[in-house]
Amino acid sequence: MSPAIDHSLQDPPQLPREPLIEKNAVITEAPWVRRTLTAVALLFLCGFLLLPLVAVFVEALRNGVETYFEALKDPDALAAIELTLIAAAIAVPLNLVFGVSAAWAITKFEFRGKSLLVSLIDLPFSVSPVVAGLIYVLIFGSHGWAGPWLSEHGIKVLFSTPGIVLATVFVTFPFIARELIPLMTEQGTDDEQAALSLGATGWQTFWRVTLPNIKWGLLYGVLLCNARAMGEFGAVSVVSGHIRGQTNTMPLHVEILYNEYQFSAAFAVASLLAMLALLTLGIKSWLEWRHSDELSATRRH
Amino acid sequence: MTSAAPTTRARALRPRSAIPGFGLTLGFTLLYLSLIVLIPLAGVFLKSASLGWEGIWHVVSSPRVVAALKLSFGAALIGAGINAVFGTLVAWVFVRYQFPGKRFFDAAIDLPFALPTAVAGIALTALYAPNGWIGQYLEPLGIKVAYSPLGVIVACTFISLPFVVRTVQPVLEEAEKELEEAAASLGANRWQTITRVILPTVLPALITGFTLAFARAVGEYGSIIFIAGNLPMVSEIAPLLIIIKLEEFDYAGATAVAAAMLVLSFLLLLVINGLQIWTRSRRNRK
Repeated sequence: MSPAIDHSLQDPPQLPREPLIEKNAVITEAPWVRRTLTAVALLFLCGFLLLPLVAVFVEALRNGVETYFEALKDPDALAAIELTLIAAAIAVPLNLVFGVSAAWAITKFEFRGKSLLVSLIDLPFSVSPVVAGLIYVLIFGSHGWAGPWLSEHGIKVLFSTPGIVLATVFVTFPFIARELIPLMTEQGTDDEQAALSLGATGWQTFWRVTLPNIKWGLLYGVLLCNARAMGEFGAVSVVSGHIRGQTNTMPLHVEILYNEYQFSAAFAVASLLAMLALLTLGIKSWLEWRHSDELSATRRH
Repeated sequence: MTSAAPTTRARALRPRSAIPGFGLTLGFTLLYLSLIVLIPLAGVFLKSASLGWEGIWHVVSSPRVVAALKLSFGAALIGAGINAVFGTLVAWVFVRYQFPGKRFFDAAIDLPFALPTAVAGIALTALYAPNGWIGQYLEPLGIKVAYSPLGVIVACTFISLPFVVRTVQPVLEEAEKELEEAAASLGANRWQTITRVILPTVLPALITGFTLAFARAVGEYGSIIFIAGNLPMVSEIAPLLIIIKLEEFDYAGATAVAAAMLVLSFLLLLVINGLQIWTRSRRNRK
């Protein structure tokens, strides 16, 4: 006798939830209320989010396509783009190594003071960008602690690339660690334990087991870190010294052009940054929809 | 080389684990954290300690600094308040209703995180300047947004917009609809259900979102300076004063303003956290 197992009892059919809520009169609102609330919410979003974005592109192209490209081909603009890319190219990998290392220490081991360490990693988020710049001026400025010694030895930190990179590293410090810690906590240590018990070395375990597990979360963190690194304004503004063609990043170049009433040029450079933001949002949404189970739970949709 | 053998010292620090790399990763983490964040931040406190309370008070109590601090904190509170109302509404609409373009708008919520603040600043100014897209219609009504404290509020609202939505949204998604059905079956009307059942559920998340939004807005610089017009005593924010003082090589003054900002935000966050603990314990008692 072979008993036929009735799977329908074990797997109740998944009911589509959302339409039911809309039709369930006691736990939803009258149609006109729903429509009004939706309209108010979307109007708020359009007015506060989309309109500024549209304004950037319209203002950039106001004086024609030619002026637009001329503003971007300007040597100072090119220098600013180069500096922005350099700063991000140094800051993001540094914080990437830090993020992976911090997440490994925090999620694979138990030790005292762990929650304090996690809060300290988040600290740069609660510091005003201007204060972030200020702390480096206090150290490396001509009246700062290390300033006189550095200028004696001909090392320039403030008002040059190292200062800009430092400020960028500070403001983007938590992004990748913050993304990886919840993800790796969820994943636990079982996979690594298995690999190690089968004879893999520590590095082999990391490269072949851990890294493939966290790659999408890592990409997510890098994406956000990079967007902030390229767009940072306040902290970089304090340490840069605003030397055209030398210590101007793209956001600072936007400010200079704007203050010189070269509005189209300012918006042209700004439109590049806006495109970066759109690209970031696009990839981010793609990751959230496509690889949601490989991101930390808070990012799932 | 075997990296799997933990040293005796490492073993004493933690329960035994087969996973290698504790010393390396924790050591690097602490070193990097100290070099980039902790030691430089400690510098601010050392510097302000060398000024003494009197020195700090002397700088902070000057009318221009008081006006700037008032504006920064006031505008950040109002901006976070606007977002508390509209952010909750947006989260509600996203979780409960269906409408075309929902995915698009959901992705767009994070725009203020991704858009560089300087870009946001000039874009908002283009909209709200007296001859701008929106400003030209507000000007005849006597409403001046750009180059006034109102502009600071607009910028604060923009840059802190995602926080409340993103903290309230997951809580609303997980809220049990059975509770609402129970309330309805016990005779509550929809408004009573919303204010007495749903609102208390999301309140802690709402306060968290409000706090994050406020903390972000109070330190904001890039998006505000373009739209504010930066008139001393009227529309000048505290972070700008720090920069002005730095440009005058008044390191002590800049540090004093920064210290005042840090202490004030810390106190406010303490109050808000206390409020949150209070709402939680009140809910648990019920």
